[in-house]
Amino acid sequence: MSEARQPSESELHAYADGRVDPEQKAAIDAWLAAHPDEAERIETYRRFGEGLRQVYDPVLEEPVPSRLMRSAGARRRWVSVAIAATWLAIGIALGVAAGWQLHEWRGSQPVAMDTPAAMARRAAMAHITYSPEVRHPVEVGADQEQHLVTWLSKRLGTKVRAPRLDEAGMTLVGGRLLPGESGPVAHFMYQTPAGRRITLYVRAEPRGHRETAFRYSRENNVGVFYWIDRDCGYALASADLSKDELLRIATLIYKQLES
Amino acid sequence: MNEAERLVELIPRLRRYARALVGDRATADDLVQDTLERAWAKLHLYRRGTDLRAWLFTVMHNVHVNRVRAARATDPLEEEMPELAQRAAQGDSLLVRDLDRAISRLPDEQRAVLLLVTLEEMSYDAVARTLDIPIGTVMSRLSRAREKLRAMMLGQGATRLKVVK
Repeated sequence: MSEARQPSESELHAYADGRVDPEQKAAIDAWLAAHPDEAERIETYRRFGEGLRQVYDPVLEEPVPSRLMRSAGARRRWVSVAIAATWLAIGIALGVAAGWQLHEWRGSQPVAMDTPAAMARRAAMAHITYSPEVRHPVEVGADQEQHLVTWLSKRLGTKVRAPRLDEAGMTLVGGRLLPGESGPVAHFMYQTPAGRRITLYVRAEPRGHRETAFRYSRENNVGVFYWIDRDCGYALASADLSKDELLRIATLIYKQLES
Repeated sequence: MNEAERLVELIPRLRRYARALVGDRATADDLVQDTLERAWAKLHLYRRGTDLRAWLFTVMHNVHVNRVRAARATDPLEEEMPELAQRAAQGDSLLVRDLDRAISRLPDEQRAVLLLVTLEEMSYDAVARTLDIPIGTVMSRLSRAREKLRAMMLGQGATRLKVVK
């Protein structure tokens, strides 16, 4: 067997960065096996990458300081308008009667897409979309509740329950499956005898996500309490309950799902 | 998702890169802030369908270069870099903390290449486009940055590199 060709310096860096094709990799592996000093040098390079990610990746998890978001009010509004415009487009596509006012879209900071705050925003959007529906508010009605929760649990890959909210004067209308940022979402709807509706948005959380306390935000006239508990993230949305009423129901849900 | 939302989504990555590039948190966030402001102002120059991330990092790079230049103009004495750790060994975190100081001692242009390749995991081509340099220069800066780091880390005792395994 002939001596393996000496890789170029660039090839060695590409190797350390995992950017060589399998054939190249095999050739370089063979050469490094015969040159242990070089093998150690390249291994050190590779570990620098790991080390740097260890040091700096936590920055990705830090909340973005408000001063960055606040850096210019005009620009903030501009982003907000852009986001609102996207919503409007989606709203129209879905044939929603848009009774909400774009210029009131404020107070919600732009957020990365997969955060709890982003979940709250999507929950508000889902609420706006489905709660005015008269004929088709849900995909599967409460009369098939067992089927509904089995189906949704299967799709989310985690056990999902529809909490009982009789205590708050709310009965289950039913639920549906929604597309979420990182997977399917379960969406339950409840209403009072007078027809006031709330919706509960439930998504499976990736492992390792922290539990969070209740947080509240108002998104386009929709109040949302949201939290993460064990395997799931929850967002409870309502357009017409007060913040206190909504909190009472959120607490009720939290307790039931806890037990 | 439109550009405005994607810009916002990229903020955490800009912050990570800036932190590694300039070291302390406040200065890094200043850099991100300047970058965002400039990006918003120049968004009409961004060509749709091209790599927004590379474009944004280019903006950051230019802002950074200007800030460094301005700082030099007002303060001609280069700040002496603190000597590398003479701290007592403190287990696993030692390598990573020293790495953090060691990269701060690299020349700016080498550090930028190394960080874009390792933290951002950009392709060498994308790094070349982002920094507006030929790909050969990317490779030579990468090579020099790594060799310099290795020399610094070896200087402190070769055994410590094994810690991180």
